[in-house]
Amino acid sequence: MSQPFQMPRFLAAPRLLSPRLSLAQVPLIWQFAVIIALGLALSALWGGALRWPEAWVIPMRGWITRFFEWLGEDAGIGSYKVRDLTRFLADLLDQPLTWAEYLLYRGIRPLDLPPLPWVSIVLGAAILGHWVGGWRLALFSASCLLYLAVFGLWRDGMRTLTIVIVAVPFAVSIGLWLGIWAVRSRRVAAVVSPMFDLMQATPHMAYLVPVVILFGFGQVPALIATVIFAMPPMARCVILALQTVPPEITEAGTMSGCTPRQLLWKVQIPAGKRILMLGVNQVVMQTLAMVVIASLVGATGLGQQLLTSLQQLKLGAAVEQGLGIVMIAIVLDRVTQAWANRPTDYAARGRSWRFRHRHALAFGAALIVSFALAALFKEASVLPKRLTVTFGTQMDEAVRWFAKVSYDYIQPVRDFITVEMLIPLRDFCLAVPWVVVVGLVGAAGLRLGGRGTALLCMGLVLGIVLFGFWEPAVLTVYLVFSAVVICVCIGLPIGIWASRSPRVARPVMAICDTLQTFPSFIYLIPVIMLLKVGDLSNIVAILAYATVPSIRYTYLGLRRIPDVTIEAAIANGATPRQRLFKVELPVALPEIMLGLNQTIMMALSMVAITALIGSRDLGQEIYRALPTADTGRGILAGLSIAAIGIVADRLIQGWANKRKKHLGVG
Amino acid sequence: MSSDVKIRCKNLWKLFGPNPARFLQDHDGNPSAEALEEGGYIGAVQDVSFDVHDGEILVIMGLSGSGKSTLIRCISRLNDPTSGEMDFDGKDLLNATAAELIEIRRHKMGMVFQNFGLLPNRDVLSNVTFPLEMQGMGREAREAKAREMVELVGLTGREANFPGELSGGQQQRVGIARSLAVDPDVWFLDEPFSALDPLIRAEMQDEFMRLQKVLKKTIVFITHDFEEAVKLADRIGIMKGGRMVQMGTPEDIVLNPATDYVAEFARNAPHERIITLRAIMSSDRVVTDVPPLNARDLIGDVARQVLSSETPIAVAHRGKIVGSVGRVQMLDGLYGPEAQ
Repeated sequence: MSQPFQMPRFLAAPRLLSPRLSLAQVPLIWQFAVIIALGLALSALWGGALRWPEAWVIPMRGWITRFFEWLGEDAGIGSYKVRDLTRFLADLLDQPLTWAEYLLYRGIRPLDLPPLPWVSIVLGAAILGHWVGGWRLALFSASCLLYLAVFGLWRDGMRTLTIVIVAVPFAVSIGLWLGIWAVRSRRVAAVVSPMFDLMQATPHMAYLVPVVILFGFGQVPALIATVIFAMPPMARCVILALQTVPPEITEAGTMSGCTPRQLLWKVQIPAGKRILMLGVNQVVMQTLAMVVIASLVGATGLGQQLLTSLQQLKLGAAVEQGLGIVMIAIVLDRVTQAWANRPTDYAARGRSWRFRHRHALAFGAALIVSFALAALFKEASVLPKRLTVTFGTQMDEAVRWFAKVSYDYIQPVRDFITVEMLIPLRDFCLAVPWVVVVGLVGAAGLRLGGRGTALLCMGLVLGIVLFGFWEPAVLTVYLVFSAVVICVCIGLPIGIWASRSPRVARPVMAICDTLQTFPSFIYLIPVIMLLKVGDLSNIVAILAYATVPSIRYTYLGLRRIPDVTIEAAIANGATPRQRLFKVELPVALPEIMLGLNQTIMMALSMVAITALIGSRDLGQEIYRALPTADTGRGILAGLSIAAIGIVADRLIQGWANKRKKHLGVG
Repeated sequence: MSSDVKIRCKNLWKLFGPNPARFLQDHDGNPSAEALEEGGYIGAVQDVSFDVHDGEILVIMGLSGSGKSTLIRCISRLNDPTSGEMDFDGKDLLNATAAELIEIRRHKMGMVFQNFGLLPNRDVLSNVTFPLEMQGMGREAREAKAREMVELVGLTGREANFPGELSGGQQQRVGIARSLAVDPDVWFLDEPFSALDPLIRAEMQDEFMRLQKVLKKTIVFITHDFEEAVKLADRIGIMKGGRMVQMGTPEDIVLNPATDYVAEFARNAPHERIITLRAIMSSDRVVTDVPPLNARDLIGDVARQVLSSETPIAVAHRGKIVGSVGRVQMLDGLYGPEAQ
């Protein structure tokens, strides 16, 4: 593209009137001012510019709902119905699920055999831990599982684990296959990659609605939703892994006479193993997060127990169950990560067969011993209830006492923040005409990412308006915005602090890592304990979940500044303060903004979860769609959240990329 | 030097850009530099023709961006040339099917890479067995062959190490062993020693010469280091901007540089290790009491003797006196005529 002809300065002035040529020269603030003024004027003339008339809403919701009803009931070719297909699929998936259930907790019914004794599973976890990560991980995994047993959460824990164990291989293999396909064919990549963008920006819960229509309630639908939800990160990692294999390794494979198949399986996939393993780790974590939420469609397990406890305000039990989920999450995360980073076992080289297979042998021995124990003592097979402990009631009382005592202090603060800050902000947000938002988003998109970005962003916002989700969307933005502002206010100083001293960084990063493994559900527990329900609780829950990336990216952004830059600042006589504000923060800003981007994404996914404790936003729309099987409402509300996410993402990424290019680090 | 042609390249072009084949056709197969730039194309290899003879070491030398790496990737068909002709053992290499190419690579070609290209998940031995495994050779046979190769490159005892445990020089020895495992006719080396420290590099160059004395492969060797080229080459091809500027023996290039660009390299070259007496001798056939020197001697090897002699010394070729060399010629040879 050639640059438009540049007019000499004195001739250019009248051209300001022609927007195409000179828009880029008008400061963004002015553009915003003009758009706001025009928008307000328009909405003063025509109420439809403020609130899109109900009658003009495109009835997409109904269409989608009816489409899915039709799909679930009547669709098909001749006598073959889609319904039959989904049933067949469900039956197929039911098989591995049933067997995993038999093995882990139900006992093999057809053969009248008991399940694996819990002792053997705890020992198995220890052996697995030792295999991939040494003694510390062994001890850690065993004690986490022991916690489940001792606190009487064994059966529910195993139910949760069952779906994870069955879902992960499916998600991994589908992701692997899709990823390979996308790398091989540009056309597939062009379809798949924006689809993954959309899928990852859509909150968990939105997946549940269509699944319920097609597959009903229960473990299998939960499994299906889980697989669909957890697959994109794997496919992404496959694409990344294959694309980042050093070209010389691929060339060496080719020159060794590999066929394309040999090249893929013997050269590229082994060479990209680390990233692939990270993909597996992500799949496992996403799976667990989804399984917990899938309790909304009838998946049994810890998630369901937790949901019930929360609804009945049995906070003590909720804490114990929540901790159980957290234990499973941390064990799965640590084990898969250790597996991904496992160095080649140099020590085993040249040792005996028995040494090299010591873990398998140990597991065999553990199985035999625990079955023998189980035959002798029933307690070793299934831990009876009288041997488990629970502090549920005591904790409930403690929480109640604490809430009573603290409420006197918390309540005024909460009420003050709610009445004086949140409600005015909310009312302000609701008063903004949608025309203004479309205009502002368009102008920002044009400046930051070009015409394509502008059109995409405007289209997405317009879609929310036309399909009748404007008000919940505004409420969502208001919640997310409030939470994100606080996230940044917390995250930035902590990130800066951590970047200044490794002694602080280590524990802070460890806590961040751990917090990120928790399924979002968990964060509701303390919030309900302390704040009861209301907008502020929602914001705090979002905050608790979404602060981590803004800490992490601030830290990383500051740490990645080249030493020379900092040395130059010091050599030029900058005080630590000047160094921070004049050199480090400006240079790290693009990275910090990407952290903001992540924070917004996580906040959006948490918005959907906070619907469980009451809200009026898009999350609530999805949540309400579930029991009424209103697929259109659920999907469109989910997509609206995705749309908000994509708009924020494009604008922030556009800005960060521009800035990075500016700084010469892009 | 045997004159059997192993690889013949004719009018080879490799363009990078939106639609290279079409573009080349539109410009009658010979676009100008301006046309390339205007069309947004990069002419990585432009109209390059040369032969590689059986058993010779042909070094392609050029600075980064000269197209030398693209050229070797065209010859090994890791890249597809945009146009041109290429024969390998008299067979058309450009139109070989994928299956034929795999066969050729499995048995006739070996390649060594700048950053080694070792498979990180395999130990030394199974890196070396890899091409044999691709051929479908049995485990015993391929491991025996690989052990032989590992011994040849002096890595015995390291068979069970992983690439990550080896130094750069050792890793490249593995790369060399792997590329030789299938007993290839043609050996491609793409800047094999550029990633190594100077001392290790010199050692590896000597090692390479030792291997070649035993193996007598046909070699295409890529480097950006003129001294390395001079040290190893039977013939050197110098590339610049995608074109082959000059091709000839090191002596030829140093004595008769085709362009200023080549002359720049030649000026700083170690003349005493490139130029032979034949090139500097005068045609005066003197008779001296010291035994005559061989016309093929490098001037560096006899410089001390010639410079310390009061009178010129006779130069003989195949037992016949063909001329003589005195201090003047020797100094011209060592420092160039203008240096006086």
